[in-house]
Amino acid sequence: MSSACRSAAAALLLAVALPGCEREARRFDRMPTPPDERAQADALGARPAGPPGRGMRERAAAGDYREDNAYLLSQGKMYYRWFNCVGCHAQGGGGSGPALSDASWAYGHSPGDIFTTIMDGRPNGMPSFRGRIPEEQAWEIAAYVRSLSGLAPGDAATNRGDVLSGGQPEYLREPLRPQDKPK
Amino acid sequence: MRVAVLLSLGLVCSLATAATGDWPMAAHDHAGTRYSPLTEITQANVARLTLAWSFSTGTSKGQEGAPIVADGTMFVVTPFPDRVIAFDVTRPGAHVKWTFEPKPDPHAQGVACCDVVNRGAAYDQGRVFLATLDDQVLALDAASGKELWRTSLGEAASGQSITAAPLVVKGKVVIGNDGAEFGVRGFIAALDAATGREAWRAYSTGPDADVRIGRAFVPVREAERGADLGVSTWPPGAWQIGGGAEGGWISYDPQLDLLYHGTGGPAPRNALQRAGDNKWTATLFARRPDSGDAVWAYQLTPHDRHGYGAGNESVLVDLPLHGRDRKVLLHADRNGYVYAMDRASGELLSADPFVAVTTSHGVDAATGALRDDKSKDPQLSRLVREVCPASAGAKNWQPAAWSPRTRLLYVPHQNLCEDTAVFETSHIAGTPYLGAESKMHAAPGEPLGGFFAWDPVARRKAWSLRERFPVWGGALATAGDVVFYGTMDGWLKAVDALHGRELWKFKAASGIVGQPVSYLGGDGHQYVAVLAGVGGWAGLVVSNDLDTRDATAARGFAGAMKDLPSATNRGGMLYVFRLP
Repeated sequence: MSSACRSAAAALLLAVALPGCEREARRFDRMPTPPDERAQADALGARPAGPPGRGMRERAAAGDYREDNAYLLSQGKMYYRWFNCVGCHAQGGGGSGPALSDASWAYGHSPGDIFTTIMDGRPNGMPSFRGRIPEEQAWEIAAYVRSLSGLAPGDAATNRGDVLSGGQPEYLREPLRPQDKPK
Repeated sequence: MRVAVLLSLGLVCSLATAATGDWPMAAHDHAGTRYSPLTEITQANVARLTLAWSFSTGTSKGQEGAPIVADGTMFVVTPFPDRVIAFDVTRPGAHVKWTFEPKPDPHAQGVACCDVVNRGAAYDQGRVFLATLDDQVLALDAASGKELWRTSLGEAASGQSITAAPLVVKGKVVIGNDGAEFGVRGFIAALDAATGREAWRAYSTGPDADVRIGRAFVPVREAERGADLGVSTWPPGAWQIGGGAEGGWISYDPQLDLLYHGTGGPAPRNALQRAGDNKWTATLFARRPDSGDAVWAYQLTPHDRHGYGAGNESVLVDLPLHGRDRKVLLHADRNGYVYAMDRASGELLSADPFVAVTTSHGVDAATGALRDDKSKDPQLSRLVREVCPASAGAKNWQPAAWSPRTRLLYVPHQNLCEDTAVFETSHIAGTPYLGAESKMHAAPGEPLGGFFAWDPVARRKAWSLRERFPVWGGALATAGDVVFYGTMDGWLKAVDALHGRELWKFKAASGIVGQPVSYLGGDGHQYVAVLAGVGGWAGLVVSNDLDTRDATAARGFAGAMKDLPSATNRGGMLYVFRLP
């Protein structure tokens, strides 16, 4: 085998292995995310005015958020149930709250958008979970919410849970486009 | 002597209401009959019924309201944002007199369990009363639409909402809250019609003083004896978030001076988290309208395992039973039984199943106890199959009608079973408190919906009709022996009150989950009015655009309703019909 060939094979192996590594990665060395100024101000009861969620989006962009990690997604799935998201949004199909498994997003589908929706609430019924859900967990819920419509990588998304199965497990999901709606 | 005069005056007044051809409250009268004494539309001519006018409500959620008519004016309340529209019905063609925007807090939409519906207004002495989704009760001047007062009964952020139509009784506006699904503590409250000041409030759970169980209360059954059962039949403190909130229908008997209402199901849905009977959820109450004091109570579904509650309407009728005339209360419950009660004493007369029931094996006539089927008890990590009726009930909020001519009760309903599983849940104020998931489906061998006539003397169905979807709107009976109801695929149907034969139908632009009414127009002719616009719990798949690939969506209704999006679309529209 030529050296060029060897390095190509190694690159291929690496390419196959790398996502797998992220899927299984557990970060015990990382300190909990320090609360940002906004959350600190909240805790002190003095909330500065300003556009909500800007800092969050920046942090998501800076890599403080993962949706290619199976552990974090399964944690998100657990918190989604624990914090009663499931009561309004079901297993993605919705109810008194909108469906999260389709391609329609009233307030955006970026991780930062979803994080902001969870923490600040939205005016048409979504309650604010600020002070109820720690930020770390809210990011995990946001990642899980994206997996409900197939926006998170399928090889990291969760399998079916030990609950009444509503439909496709998350790892098989694809976004429902308007043209896919039952006619 | 004075009492007798007052009583007969009361009787004359209630008769006078009917005689004028008005429809002043959602159920037409305090007895909750939804019976129109008008006779112009008959079995012989109903086939010629034709559209007189229509009007868009400008809203697209479930239109569960009853248009009410009084003083030559029709008052319609839309779903959230609970807009009130007044039409002049003395002249042809829907002249809008005024529109009123109560501007409810939009956050309340998040705590409406079963679509952001409103079931209608009530008219009394020149005033129109309604409740908004964000827990406010309002009085408007009927002539001008000017707001007279508004009273807040709670905070939407706590999970509480109101969708019910109020009932006005002896100068008080009576209404109950919603939110059992959010762990809200249920209550019924009476407000002074002139000022909006709260006169009394009776909770569904808690100490006797809060439930207004006192010296006037007469226990009829053994299970109703004891102090503070609303506390002792719960795990410590659980009554405070124990539900029983379901602003269901209220009826009133002026001669007995008793109000009747049913409380909602207990919270959380996961019954493993609330050992005990969970009093006084899923209970029928008779109360004094002046004080709210309970006179009798009957818990239809103790330790309600399947989220039934007892919020369905009670229809007050007089019946010859066992050789004597009885003042009877008829109540077709979500648990699948039609109850007949002596409404003066609270004595159970009969309870008969009207669908195939697997969660229980009848009601013990002597003790009044529902004989639970233990195989349908929830268990952690176990799926319980073929729970019939499903949590949506054999019949839900959709009110029945009674004809004193045929002596039949006309009942819109559904045939639903479910598979269900429970999980442990925590109470977070303003979020659902359920701990259970379901997947509903049609009962074996049955279509999803049905409409039947119940003979309460023979205790059987006189006739019954099959419908493709749950019949999620109300019934209307008329003195022309014609019965009306709407379907979720958009048909308003008129059927023969005696045999159920279809006589006429009209295809509306959207599915019907509203309550048809009938009134006398300014031209002296009989009209039939109904709101179309699909929605409600059964219609959420369309009104909230749900993803039916998830059968647990809409708290388990989505799987059963997956064909609805292809049968109808959203859109609120008022339709009014008359003979040509």
